[in-house]
Amino acid sequence: MIFDQTEPVDERDALLLLYRQMLLIRRFEERVMAMYARALIPGIAHVSIGQEAVPVGVCSALRADDYVTSTHRGHGHCLAKGARPDRMFAELLGKAAGYCGGKGGSMHIADPETGNLGANAIVGGSLAIATGAALSAQTRRTDQVAVCFFGDGAANQGLFLESMNMAAIWALPVVYVCENNQYGEYSATTNVTAGDLTARGAALGLAAAWVDGMDVAAVREHASAAVARARAGDGATLLVCETYRYHGHGMSDPDRPYRTRDEEEQWKTRDPLERLAKTMGERFGLDPRELDLEAEIEAELEDAVAFAASAPYPEPEEVQAHVFADARS
Amino acid sequence: MSSPTLVRELTLVQALNEALREEMRRDDSVVVLGEDVAGFGGVYKVTDGLLDEFGPARVRDTPISEAAIAGVGVGAAMTGMRPVVEIMFGDFLCLAMDQIINQAAKVRYMSGGRWQVPLVIRTTLGAGRRIAAQHSQSLHALFAHIPGVKVVLPSSPADAKALLKAAIRDDDPVIFFEDKLMYREKGPVAEDDAAIELGRAAVKREGGDVTIVATSGMVGVALEAAELLSLEGIELEVVDPRTITPLDIGRIVESVRKTSRCVVVDQGYTRFGTTAEIAASVAREAFFFLEAPVERLGAMDVPVPFSPALEDLTIPSPETVVACVRELVG
Repeated sequence: MIFDQTEPVDERDALLLLYRQMLLIRRFEERVMAMYARALIPGIAHVSIGQEAVPVGVCSALRADDYVTSTHRGHGHCLAKGARPDRMFAELLGKAAGYCGGKGGSMHIADPETGNLGANAIVGGSLAIATGAALSAQTRRTDQVAVCFFGDGAANQGLFLESMNMAAIWALPVVYVCENNQYGEYSATTNVTAGDLTARGAALGLAAAWVDGMDVAAVREHASAAVARARAGDGATLLVCETYRYHGHGMSDPDRPYRTRDEEEQWKTRDPLERLAKTMGERFGLDPRELDLEAEIEAELEDAVAFAASAPYPEPEEVQAHVFADARS
Repeated sequence: MSSPTLVRELTLVQALNEALREEMRRDDSVVVLGEDVAGFGGVYKVTDGLLDEFGPARVRDTPISEAAIAGVGVGAAMTGMRPVVEIMFGDFLCLAMDQIINQAAKVRYMSGGRWQVPLVIRTTLGAGRRIAAQHSQSLHALFAHIPGVKVVLPSSPADAKALLKAAIRDDDPVIFFEDKLMYREKGPVAEDDAAIELGRAAVKREGGDVTIVATSGMVGVALEAAELLSLEGIELEVVDPRTITPLDIGRIVESVRKTSRCVVVDQGYTRFGTTAEIAASVAREAFFFLEAPVERLGAMDVPVPFSPALEDLTIPSPETVVACVRELVG
């Protein structure tokens, strides 16, 4: 949770918080890459560097008790919804102190305390789960909202249509946030995706909007409207956030042969952190890069990594725990 | 003195309907979702009248979207509901495989026990209704293969009521398979609130010569075979596991240790099926008590054919059970 949503936030302070949260995600993931390169993180990991404005802008409109579902590229969603870097790193290292006791790893971080229903390694796998959480909120008559983060790739899964259709007929309090980062794994979105993604939501009667996903203020504005609509009982929204994955699909994709360096440099001129810094300079005469944020975040992440590195692995008997509620089963 | 419990003759449909009603009255978080479950009351009428009593927020017709029905059930179950979703035919579970196998079955484990999915998926199994290869399969073994999901196979109206109550109260995902040929079959059902603990087998008939382990509608087949063989002086003991995850292998083995012969009868495909799993466990756990190999009778390993002349050849019958037992004791 970025703001507690109970009282209005001074705009200058708000932007500073958004900047800090995006910077935390970027530095977190840079460390993930460095640790992965040194073989400290087992398995695979996917970083979202370049895309930070989407989770931060969206989660800035959410309450602590709102739900999110995340993806295999989900560190940003988890952090933006309030996850702690130390327990995140512990999970990435497979330690008992991780959010899932080391059983989930990078692609499955889940945390009831922050409303995180879980990162999902099946592309599109959480579209219906978020929809079900929204149905639950509606049935229980809470005013909670569910947000489903997913990629452009998931928009080509059948569940995308199935879920949005149910959300529309039942006016569910759900916001579908498509992060169109231009690539589904190693294929350009434009090569595998027909038509306009926002039109897919609009065709079903959802409120649907294209959003500049490199502009955290724009994301926040659209998300706030969508969340307000959902909370008021006025139904679901599809936000298609145009963004860019600076790095490869995963750690085994360092060369990105399917796209040009020139294209990458073009997108980096729209960098969400740089852009927000510029906005803050123009509006408030404040350059967040001149504050102590970097040092603060480096210290926090240093401590988080140290915590994770020194944390114990799960005990062997944990391997059979949590298959069922009752261990006897 | 408490008054004696009233026992009525109910069909399987009525028993299931009663279980749903009672659990919905007992717990507001129980909701029913599925294709045609509300206004129409379900294609087999299992949910008939629930809309009138509980209203549209708790009894919802869904689009024909099996993957989303299952997935919405998962999300609702994680966030405080106890959804009972209906997948009209067991064959249609194939459309929801990811949501069941990769999502529902894994949420508790992947989250280190921090989220749970108290979801019931009601569906059908069983051939014999002349509805061919895409409406007649018994796919329960596919799900029993997956850690994290429970599999329930009731064989009578009374068991169906008590097992469905247990499934709804269970904190894990449960797939509840109803034999579509049994929907109109009647049996005594107590007017009470009892649930049967999942993972408890029941001995449906006692006998000393051969143990028949039978599931779902095959229990009735085994009991018919037992009547026929009893005339020849061969006494079958019919053991119904009632759930195959969890599997009460202890109760099955106890029976085989007594009889020393075992036939496993199930409507799923024979290869890599429920019969194979149970036979392997019996062979190991009762090895020194067995006087013959454990026999298996499952569905023939072919897509279920339409023609009655062919379909009836594909599933175990009292006659095939009798023949198998005669060979075993001969």
